[in-house]
Amino acid sequence: MQRRLTWHLQLWVTLLTAAFLIVPAIQSILAGLTVNYFRGLSSGLTLKWLGQVWELYADSIFLSLWLAFTCLIATLVIGVPAAYALARNPGRISRALEEFISLPLAVPGLALALALLQLYGTMKGFRTSWAFILVGHVLYTLPFMVRSVLAVLAAMDFKTLEESAATLGATPFTRFRTIVVPNAMPGILAGALTVVTLSIGEFNLTWMLHTPYLKTLPVGLADSYASMRLEIASAYTLIFFVMIVPLLMAMQWASARAQRIAQ
Amino acid sequence: MSLRLFVAACLVPLAIFTLAFLALPLIRLVQASAESPAGWQIYLQILQTPRYLETLLNTVLVSLAVSLLALIISTTAGLFLARNQFFGRGLLLSVLTLPLAFPGVVIGFLIILLGGRQGLVNQLLPGHVVFAYSLLGLFLGYLYFSIPRVLLTVMAAVEKLDPALEEAARTLGASPMRIVIDVLLPGLAPSLVAAGAIAFATAMGAFGTAFTLATNIDVLPMVIYTEFTLSANIAMASALSILLGLVTWSLLLIARSLAGTTVPAGG
Repeated sequence: MQRRLTWHLQLWVTLLTAAFLIVPAIQSILAGLTVNYFRGLSSGLTLKWLGQVWELYADSIFLSLWLAFTCLIATLVIGVPAAYALARNPGRISRALEEFISLPLAVPGLALALALLQLYGTMKGFRTSWAFILVGHVLYTLPFMVRSVLAVLAAMDFKTLEESAATLGATPFTRFRTIVVPNAMPGILAGALTVVTLSIGEFNLTWMLHTPYLKTLPVGLADSYASMRLEIASAYTLIFFVMIVPLLMAMQWASARAQRIAQ
Repeated sequence: MSLRLFVAACLVPLAIFTLAFLALPLIRLVQASAESPAGWQIYLQILQTPRYLETLLNTVLVSLAVSLLALIISTTAGLFLARNQFFGRGLLLSVLTLPLAFPGVVIGFLIILLGGRQGLVNQLLPGHVVFAYSLLGLFLGYLYFSIPRVLLTVMAAVEKLDPALEEAARTLGASPMRIVIDVLLPGLAPSLVAAGAIAFATAMGAFGTAFTLATNIDVLPMVIYTEFTLSANIAMASALSILLGLVTWSLLLIARSLAGTTVPAGG
């Protein structure tokens, strides 16, 4: 009897929580597609709001995609070789370095943005370019790439593979290219999807670093929430959901796969 | 090129980037905090100014309440989902972890759709029920992004628990309540503390949600933002963000030493 009671209690807590999370998201999707949200669905469905969002904010969508792409390239170039070097020399110094580059995960973006602004705010050409926002995004996403690749490398015996290749005359760079990178691929893939997902959604740093002419998608969202009618804000949010949800699912799939390999 | 040299070369891009855009800016931030007439006394000033103290207290209390409720909800749901197989379980799990990638601003907007002037609650209930811009709205926003993170940590921990312990307790005649208190909670304790610390640290630093909702509420990230942009009190903004960074960083360090890994932060 008591057992049934606890079971039902658990079920209801779970269902209510899921409702709390999904109901406003569904509301937002519907609001972006209805003619007049206040009158409800009976006012009819429309794509008008999506069209208006496109006119107003298409630039922000392209800027976000561009930033995500360049951020991915930067984290690959910086993060993958670094993860290899850290895996090659495990020890206290590597741990400390990993800890230090992970600071942006623990320190709020607002604080990091203030730090960047105070050091580089006076360099006008840099301050007003998209590269300044990119620096913030790389800072925030780099630890995910390094850790993801490092976890896969730490779990496998790539040193033995490398040694056999070395005896056959392969140079360190050839070994890195033909042995380390292919073997680390699940970690690189998981890291890459995480980097892109987080970059597209990043707001805290970007809000402080952006200029009026460089609005990313989340910055544009904040702008529309403050100044546009509810239907336009919702349609814009809908576009964001359409971009971020498949990425999130791919990221969760790739991370689970990388974790299985790392165990 | 020798292997040693190659491995060292692999670290060069990271070293340059981290030095230029993390180490030096952070040093500059610490310096900047002491550049007001008060000098290093500014940290003492935080503790002596009622407005800052109140803000600190507000932020800590809201974050604490959010972490506790997120722990209770997520542990209940996590145990339920980990221990039961039923139709729609996968869908339920997706719904519960989906908000992981939502930025704080979007979550703020979703809370406005629930509790704003044109919100669902205001439409369904008689009278004028608007809570999105109050402390309750902020609390719900923080709860919204904490639940998925805590849930994932709890579920990972539940999977590592030995089901035999629970079965043994049941055959010995323990009630479900006793099993939870004597078997499950002690086993989950380290992960629960870690998940709670993550939720607390994320809520302390959450800027996006506060930016959308907390127009009238003093929470730490909002006060830092207004000090910097409106009052141009750069030293105080720097000092407050260093304080905030130290709190969240040390909490996450504790969390990681307890649970091993942390779930991506955001907000």
